[in-house]
Amino acid sequence: MIRDYFRVLVVDLATGKGNVAKVEGRNEYAGGSGLGALLFSIYGHPTRPWDDPDQPLIFSIGALTGLFPLMSKTVCSFKSPYHDQFAESHAGGRSALAIRFADYDAIVIKGRAPRLSCLSIGMRHLEVKDVQFLAGKDVFATGKMLRRMFPGSGHRSILRIGPAGENLSGMACINADTYRHFGRLGSGGVMGSKNLKGIVILGDGSFALPEGKEYTKVFDEVYDKMTGTDMMSKYHNLGTAANLNALNELKSLPWRNLQATSDDDIAGITGEKFADETLLRNAACAGCPVGCIHLGFVREKFMEQNQYMYRQVAYDYEPIFATGSMLGVIDPFHVLTIMDEIEKAGLDVMSGGVALAWATEAFEKGLITEKETIVPLAFGDAEGYQKAVYYMGEAENDFYAALIKGSLVAAKKYGGEDFACVLGQEMAGYATGETFYVAEALGFRHSHLDSGGYSWDQKNDSKDVNAICDFLIGDETGRAFITSMVACLFGRGVYNDEQLASCLKSVGYSEIADNMDTIGERVRALRWKMRFDTGYDPDAITIPKRYNEVTTWKGKTDPKFLAELKKEYGNRIRGLVSKEALIRLGLEKNDKN
Amino acid sequence: MKTLTASRMERCIGCHSCSFACSRQVHKLLSWNTAGIRISSSGGLSTGFVAKVCLACDPAPCAKACPTGAMKARKKGGGVLHKKDLCIRCGKCAEACPVDAIYLDLKGRPFVCIHCGKCVKYCPHECLEMIESESTKRAKKEDAL
Repeated sequence: MIRDYFRVLVVDLATGKGNVAKVEGRNEYAGGSGLGALLFSIYGHPTRPWDDPDQPLIFSIGALTGLFPLMSKTVCSFKSPYHDQFAESHAGGRSALAIRFADYDAIVIKGRAPRLSCLSIGMRHLEVKDVQFLAGKDVFATGKMLRRMFPGSGHRSILRIGPAGENLSGMACINADTYRHFGRLGSGGVMGSKNLKGIVILGDGSFALPEGKEYTKVFDEVYDKMTGTDMMSKYHNLGTAANLNALNELKSLPWRNLQATSDDDIAGITGEKFADETLLRNAACAGCPVGCIHLGFVREKFMEQNQYMYRQVAYDYEPIFATGSMLGVIDPFHVLTIMDEIEKAGLDVMSGGVALAWATEAFEKGLITEKETIVPLAFGDAEGYQKAVYYMGEAENDFYAALIKGSLVAAKKYGGEDFACVLGQEMAGYATGETFYVAEALGFRHSHLDSGGYSWDQKNDSKDVNAICDFLIGDETGRAFITSMVACLFGRGVYNDEQLASCLKSVGYSEIADNMDTIGERVRALRWKMRFDTGYDPDAITIPKRYNEVTTWKGKTDPKFLAELKKEYGNRIRGLVSKEALIRLGLEKNDKN
Repeated sequence: MKTLTASRMERCIGCHSCSFACSRQVHKLLSWNTAGIRISSSGGLSTGFVAKVCLACDPAPCAKACPTGAMKARKKGGGVLHKKDLCIRCGKCAEACPVDAIYLDLKGRPFVCIHCGKCVKYCPHECLEMIESESTKRAKKEDAL
């Protein structure tokens, strides 16, 4: 399990066979993000389209997965149907530990199955099973059926897609164990293109502990910090939903397609409101004692004489922003109802909600009509959104088929590009200012978690372009290392450099511990190299005009500053893959692609 | 005698910290399987979790089923002790357990709770506790009569 190379299962869906590959590079790339980029450099085809059957879908775990608390996430690397470039998406759930206990560092899935199939793997088995009968089934029905078909309750992970993935949507997610997701940039569409409805990973192995007493000692230190201090309480208590009120007060919460950044209607969708009225219980990813997953409920009267059904829906800040404030929906149960429909369709909730917000404004402005949307769309109308989500998942007509490729794809066809809230992809819920707009628009994953741009905005009012770029670039290195471990980024307060080094040393990864900064830089550079090789151009990314109209606590957007920052950050990103940088990091030979 | 009891499983969040603690501290292994307590969903993740753990039966059907005396009933309080050197890995103990509390690893070695309580402090929601077993309570009542 602890080894100086990577043990990778490579599966070809076309033949239903696989092989175990020994890949060198543990001390250079660590695992997770680094391993995903490394494997894409080996198995990927940068110039071929994302849905070429030979393109790999890669799931990788890290050097510390399963060994310490919160080392519980899996990185999915792929060529994205959203922008046809290299991409990465992360998920919790059980997949990381299931891969660990199946004794792999990564799974590479190539080829296209002849019919809709499910891949089942474990320490001692590999099978590609025909599941054509699951075609068109929603995420929940699929999960329930796969659960009955394969053994291992509790110690397996069930990854699956819904109709959106089968319809090759650029915003289709891979659902991981019901309540978590490889959400962004369309990994679900890649599974769809491979005729892969599900992946069941059984973690049936068991390993000797690292030698010596140091490991159990360090484990207890970390465990105590995670559970015995209040370092993690914000995630455990109200969860990320606590941010709704905070961002609204800061005039940074996008409302109704970013036509406002603050609204008194916040009272209906605060973290407190969700906890008081909808919270049923918490849940956790395997290997994490924090339990940040908040499960609310929706109740639906489906028949007279008080006949009800209920469903449990996982909520967080971002899903509430995307289906709540962004859509003007201010009743917590209505918000959960829309999220539930999005879950069933297998769409990414952030992308789906933000795309619907654009569609609503386009509908209001008359650019599209019911001819396109089938149902009328209006901010605050949850029932309409529920139906629209269903049509998105099904790619019901030309309009919805375009919309699930991205708001800008639809806007190019129907108009309304100026108010599409797209920063590289449908925006995350932070209308905090220029730094965030640029950081997300140009960022590697187009995620607010690529770097702390949103956090910078909330604390700084400076327009010092160089200082901001120094911060963004510096912050990204540490995050690239952490996501190569693979730690949940919620644990980054505990997992500082010192703590990570002590964890790594306690299990025998001293060489990684001694080179964390260099590895972080190398991983980051290789990821960007893969991105550039597949067509990334920071200058080709535009920030829609809507962002110039936004007013935050800092005042109205300064378009000149925004443009300067974007230009400089783009230059800095280019610098990360300069010839000198690649030579310095030992990546100059990585030129197969 | 106190025994480990999963008395508040409705609070469980499915983190598996108890299983890892047992595997790490009792068996010196890294696993969520090779442990005296194991967590699974009680019918899909939307239904909460159950703990597969020894209920300290007295008499213990697993001990009765063991042909070599490797799985031996504790003298008092219910539950069993497993002597690895006597075990022939026949799996009869696991078959006999009515609640699937004995795990056989890939080599057929049985793993069962020894009621040491080391896992208790690792549960973040206090689902687990060490309390007097039914067998002990019964014995005490009989002694009092």
